Amino acid sequence: MIGEAAVRAGCRFYAGYPITPQNELTEYAASAMAKLEDGTFIQAESEIAAINMVIGASMAGARAMTSSSSPGISLKQEGISYLAAQELPAVIVNTMRGGPGLGNIAPAQGDYFQATRGGGHGDYRTIVLAPASGQESADLTRKAFDYADKYLTPVMILGDGMMGQMMEPVEFPEPVDLSKLPPKPWVLDGAVGRPSRLIRSLLLDTSVEEDHNWKLARKYETIAREIVGGETYMTEDARLVIIAYGTAARIAKGAVKRVREIGLKVGLFRPYTLFPYPNRMIVEMSRFVKDFLVFEMSTGQMVEDVKLALEGRSNVHFYGRPGGIVSTPDEISKEINSLYHRRHLEEE
Amino acid sequence: MEKKVFQRPKYLKDAVFHYCPGCGHSIIHRLLAEVLEELDIGDKAIGVPPAGCAVLAYNYFDVDMGEAAHGRGAAVATGIKRILPDRIVFTYQGDGDIAAIGTAETIHAANRGENVTVIFVNNGTYGMTGGQMAPTTLPGQNSTTTPGGRDPDRDGPPIDLSQMLAITKGSTYIERTAVNSYKNIKRTKKALTKAFKTQMAGLGFSLVEILSPCPTNWKMSSVDAAKWVDETMTKIFPLKVIKDETGKRIDN
Ligand SMILES: Cc1ncc(C[n+]2csc(CCOP(=O)(O)OP(=O)(O)O)c2C)c(N)n1
Ligand code: SF4
Repeated sequence: MIGEAAVRAGCRFYAGYPITPQNELTEYAASAMAKLEDGTFIQAESEIAAINMVIGASMAGARAMTSSSSPGISLKQEGISYLAAQELPAVIVNTMRGGPGLGNIAPAQGDYFQATRGGGHGDYRTIVLAPASGQESADLTRKAFDYADKYLTPVMILGDGMMGQMMEPVEFPEPVDLSKLPPKPWVLDGAVGRPSRLIRSLLLDTSVEEDHNWKLARKYETIAREIVGGETYMTEDARLVIIAYGTAARIAKGAVKRVREIGLKVGLFRPYTLFPYPNRMIVEMSRFVKDFLVFEMSTGQMVEDVKLALEGRSNVHFYGRPGGIVSTPDEISKEINSLYHRRHLEEE
Repeated sequence: MEKKVFQRPKYLKDAVFHYCPGCGHSIIHRLLAEVLEELDIGDKAIGVPPAGCAVLAYNYFDVDMGEAAHGRGAAVATGIKRILPDRIVFTYQGDGDIAAIGTAETIHAANRGENVTVIFVNNGTYGMTGGQMAPTTLPGQNSTTTPGGRDPDRDGPPIDLSQMLAITKGSTYIERTAVNSYKNIKRTKKALTKAFKTQMAGLGFSLVEILSPCPTNWKMSSVDAAKWVDETMTKIFPLKVIKDETGKRIDN
């Protein structure tokens, strides 16, 4: 899904290194790039090499991507930091698995901090998009390439093995016409009839580095204004709202349906941009909702962003299953049920 | 009529080098700029500078430059060249950059036969970070991290990356030269020319390893450093054509 969407988004360069559970994407890229006259696929010698090849391809003007799963994403972080510093566009897909360390290959959400806090060294952020369906994977992949070019920054698509394995009908958008994309006046393609160009991140003069840091910070503020997004489900009359993203949100949705059947006023909020985080939408809900339940496939990472957004306005509860455990909607609905009654929400 | 016999090459900017007196980097920069001009490829060249004393190379070369993280030059160059196969792509790397942290990227780029040119400056030390042991530091040579000199039993012997690269099927032309004497400088220029011609003919991976004095970290005068290259360094790293499979496919 992501592979085909990437090709249609004009991706012409893919470099990656095998790791489960995302090899399907690498293999798809291999055959898709081979079919394109101007496509390049490289099976790199490591994730470090792959991200640096993507940096080169991006410097040369291509829409470029790489993908991996948690341990491999750790290795890519050096390169992601350079992409952010050098203001180069690129798309990185992380199909998260259980960890830390080698962990396992089951779906998990333990890389939320790494993804949303930058992940590599230095004062930067990465745009993080979290699809929850096949269709959304395709749509957000297109957006990822557009955002990367528009804001000159790396964009991460954050999913998990469950999402990768999903078989759902998807309507792909029309392929972009590469010749119609906005020009890139910074590309390194040889200084013919123009002054030579430079793409660098070394800024030895501290005041220059400070200016660069503030410039990036202002860019992230613009990004936050322009692309932030989340989806609500049955929140209008809700007394309790579940907050979850990706696969966890799909499970939570099933749970919400169940508890609605027995009359509990419960809704779901699903952020699909994790950086920027939809703070304001959550604050808006807190005017009527006094209890939020954050559900993650981790020991609790996004819950910190929810607390930061709310600044104590409402109660924040947490339920998590790390390590690759995929809860059933049944399990979550029991959790909701017990919280609902513990908080006496039915009485208000 | 006046005739200019010495002037700044076209592809060097009008900037003052930050390199120490007697440093090989200055000479190599000049040679590289001359070769880009003589082969008339400067306008389509894209250079990849390293982390190392040459990190500021982009202040000097008047060609497109894209900085790579420490050791990742070969991977960045791969990405650029694959997207723009008709441009001339080169990396400029120190021994620590290429033969320690960037070993994997370099060997695999060579093995894939990436059609790029690598300029490998071997000064037997980590110049930029203050003279620690490099992968190419000689046995007995002093460094700030090898008290009493490099001990092969403790620290391992120096590594000959160029020989390793020569084993790969994808490498086409590899030569080791030096910039410590007029004769060697001339030879280095010839090797750089040949390396770029290899790339221009699309023949695959080319590399010139250049033994380069670092008087500062060797704690020698420039004259002694130049002498030391001949008398000591070349014993471990002999100057020679290590691999040449260009055959008759390029004119020399
Ligand atoms: C990931 C990373 N590790 C360490 C460094 C610090 N560092 C900068 S240059 C360098 C080595 C320089 O030695 P060499 O490549 O031989 O080049 P020279 O300075 O001698 O020309 C090191 C270790 C870095 N920039 N990045
Ligand atoms: S420290 Fe050595 S390599 Fe670095 S500029 Fe000085 S002489 Fe050259």
